[in-house]
Amino acid sequence: MIAATTPKVDWFALAPVLALLAASGLALLGAVLVPRRRAHGVGGVFAALGFAVAFVLSALLYVDSGEARNVVAEAIARDRFAALAQLIVCGAGLLAVGISWSERPRVEEHAGEYYALLAAAGAGMAFLVAANNLMVLFLALEWFSISLYVLSAIRADRVESLEAGLKYLIVGGFGSAALLFGSALVYGSTGELMFGRIAEATRAQGLESDPLLLAGLAMVITGLGFKASAAPFHMWTPDVYDGAPTPVTAFMSAATKTVALVLAMRVLVAAFPQLDEFWTLAIAAIACISLAWGNLAALVQRNVKRMLAYSSISHAGFMLIAIAANNELGGRALLYYLIPYSAMSLGAFAVLAARERELGRAVALDDLGGLGWERPLLGLSLWVFMLGFAGLPLTGGFWGKFLVFSAAVERGWTWLVIVGVVATAVSLYYYLSVVRALYMRSDLEVRLMPAGGSPPREGLLQAAVAACLAVTVGSFFAVQPLTDLAEAAAKQLPF
Amino acid sequence: MTTALIVLPLAGALLVWLLPWSRFWAGSVALLVALVEVGLWINTLVGFDFDAEGLQHAQRVTWLADLDVSYHVGLFGFSLWLAGLTVVVMAAAIAYAFWAGRDRPRSYFGLMLFLTGAIVGVFSAQDLLLFYAFFEAMLIPLYVLVGVWGGPGRIGATLKFVIYTMAGSLLMLAAIVVYGLSEGTFDLVKAGTSGSTWLFLGFVAAFAVKAPLFPLHGWLPDAYRESPSEVSAVLSGVVSKAAVYGLLRIAIAKFPEPAQELRVPILLLAASGLVYGSLLAFRATDFRGVVAYSSLAQMGLITMGLFALNDPGFDGAILQSVAHGLISATLFLLAGSIERRAATGELPRLGGLAKGRPALATLLMTTGVIALAVPGSASFAGEFLILVGVFERGWGWAVVGVVAIVLAAMYMLRLISAVLHERRGRAVTEDALDLRPAELAIVIPLVACLLVLSAWPAGITERSFAGGPDDPRAAVAGRDDGWTGYAPLEEDEP
Repeated sequence: MIAATTPKVDWFALAPVLALLAASGLALLGAVLVPRRRAHGVGGVFAALGFAVAFVLSALLYVDSGEARNVVAEAIARDRFAALAQLIVCGAGLLAVGISWSERPRVEEHAGEYYALLAAAGAGMAFLVAANNLMVLFLALEWFSISLYVLSAIRADRVESLEAGLKYLIVGGFGSAALLFGSALVYGSTGELMFGRIAEATRAQGLESDPLLLAGLAMVITGLGFKASAAPFHMWTPDVYDGAPTPVTAFMSAATKTVALVLAMRVLVAAFPQLDEFWTLAIAAIACISLAWGNLAALVQRNVKRMLAYSSISHAGFMLIAIAANNELGGRALLYYLIPYSAMSLGAFAVLAARERELGRAVALDDLGGLGWERPLLGLSLWVFMLGFAGLPLTGGFWGKFLVFSAAVERGWTWLVIVGVVATAVSLYYYLSVVRALYMRSDLEVRLMPAGGSPPREGLLQAAVAACLAVTVGSFFAVQPLTDLAEAAAKQLPF
Repeated sequence: MTTALIVLPLAGALLVWLLPWSRFWAGSVALLVALVEVGLWINTLVGFDFDAEGLQHAQRVTWLADLDVSYHVGLFGFSLWLAGLTVVVMAAAIAYAFWAGRDRPRSYFGLMLFLTGAIVGVFSAQDLLLFYAFFEAMLIPLYVLVGVWGGPGRIGATLKFVIYTMAGSLLMLAAIVVYGLSEGTFDLVKAGTSGSTWLFLGFVAAFAVKAPLFPLHGWLPDAYRESPSEVSAVLSGVVSKAAVYGLLRIAIAKFPEPAQELRVPILLLAASGLVYGSLLAFRATDFRGVVAYSSLAQMGLITMGLFALNDPGFDGAILQSVAHGLISATLFLLAGSIERRAATGELPRLGGLAKGRPALATLLMTTGVIALAVPGSASFAGEFLILVGVFERGWGWAVVGVVAIVLAAMYMLRLISAVLHERRGRAVTEDALDLRPAELAIVIPLVACLLVLSAWPAGITERSFAGGPDDPRAAVAGRDDGWTGYAPLEEDEP
């Protein structure tokens, strides 16, 4: 007979996840119990509250986790590394609620479910970054992925949205399968699931060149590559980003990328330190492919959402450089980079969402014509976000690139810096084409065709954009406190 | 003090952007800020001790402690002169834009003030990353100023301009990262010298594009032609000098050995640019084309002075930078005024403007004559020093310089006669006005500065380098293959 023992549960470590789960449940209950015309408001408020409470809880968790330790039968890592990633996810979620708010007439029918899924996805992500064993990893990955599959397809009246959901489901399912298979191989080789013990077993049993373990590691990297939308595992990205409702895209681009990269760093550093020669090279190669493919493909896009999708692939490449560096500076660079990157990404998609609602169709580059003069806040913000993506000073994107390059140099891989520099130079072309469209078209060229009536009131969206702008610019000046946060978090990984 | 010089225009920019000024008030406030900035600079100048070694008015605040990045600003003698050039030309440019009545005044003047702050920042930054931040921050307003308010070909012009510049600066960023990490600090004063040729080339790439140095000048003609005239004035007069500062403060001072080793190829490029630019200026068919290509030539000459790597070369380069900045700013503003009257800058359609327009004729003539380095002028002093400097490196360089000066006389006189004299061009109407009082009030101070410099070039040449460990002259002195000062000629290399 097997004695059933329940592990001691550290509820505080799980608090952000639980808060989001509770918010999700309440929003779902609201969808059933509250009259339909109120459902949107109730769902939105619950989701926002959930993200806000989870944000505060992760902040507390960060403060309280000066000492990293594993809790709940060692399945959950209670450390600052996870807490900081949770902070980014919750912040992104809160802003995503703000961006979604004025989407109201469009998601009326499924408003309750929409916010419930958003909070559930957030909960899954918060769970994922704290994962300390391969089972929890897979569970959390599927948890947030399934929420996102549904969210992508939530505009059931639009064929693009359905297509996005289906594509994401199939390709994402493939990625998850690779990850699961890889986990099984790693388990088969080492007999362990905990990250730390995998490393110990590898060392103790001398498995450094075990083909089973290597194959498993390669498949884990593949699976995470799918989630992080790094080339060559990126093919779902443009279609899903384009087809999903724009607020969902905004959330995905910021939060999914954050958790996938943060988790990739944790797994690789904690579980496979003996195989670092293999995986640093593999990650560096993926980074180069992402940089090349993302930037080149972005050059020819006319649809701005697709362009940003490719740009997000290239940014995955930049952040993978930080992982490939495999040093503490890299950890710091990754965590810092994610802060302005998330803000810029959310903000840029928010501006596109506003323009989309105004015009009633997908935004092509030409559709941005004159936006800068017409709606100064949105235009200026989009301009700053583009400069930030390109890594120009006065935005946190500059420090992000700088720290990533520094990490690569510290590792001794100056060639990665050169690749990054060339990629940045190429990326300028398409980022600037947005700025050009915003400001430099003469009045005659700009033919605006609003869908009808005056633009909808979008107080919350504007507030969200302003917040993103503040983070983007603020992180340039406040680089010291932010890197301190990132440093304290990165120190808790066993580099 | 230095911080005030940087922050004042930036604060002015925010003020102009955020408050709902009318056209008149936006321009007035911007002009007022620009003039106060000039006053602030004069105040700095008066309190500056030109004999003291090292940085003055320095200020250092840690920015990112782990990698030793800081907000570190301060002025050397030569940076003070370049900053002075900046504030004077920017004030003139803002006044000119105010007079010309640019559209969307709040955005325009805000950007001009922002640009002023960024350029002064470049000339005073003592931290590599801060320098890079200002260097790039300069590009942002320029991109918009040309792209929104420029001529019909502005989109292509800005695209070329930005791609060229950014390609250069990103190489510099890579060099900065590698150099800073290997030194353990990004502080220019603390960092030691390095012997790495690759890093040196990374920095030189950025400055060679910005200057521009032959053959990286592809962006120049379009950018100078399509910009509003006062932006061209700033681009060629001031922004190009960021390259001079960068070469001097970083490339030469921190990489003395590679600078020494690569001196000949760089001198060759600079000399080719000098001759090539002069020839193109002689062939150009429009007013701005002549000034644009003459800028290319002059930047080649200044670079020759810098890479003579000796005292007269450095002194001459700084003097010539200031003189050329004032000259080309004046010429571009005059070009703008002429284009407003004739609706074209094409030389074959101009001509005969001198008759009945004495003020225009006098000012253009004076500036032109100073530009062709007539003896007694500021640019004569500058060019002479540069020639002395490069003569030290071999008489052949000086011959190229002299040939180019003859070419300068040819293209300048051709420009003057094509615009002012000859038969009245088709684009010039009888009733085209002479320069208006407002234009005079803008251009005359610039020309007056030039005349003062002509009378007293030593004002700059003796007050640029005070020595000390951070002085670029100290970096090249001693490690040279011979002579670095005004020493007797028999110590020359053959």
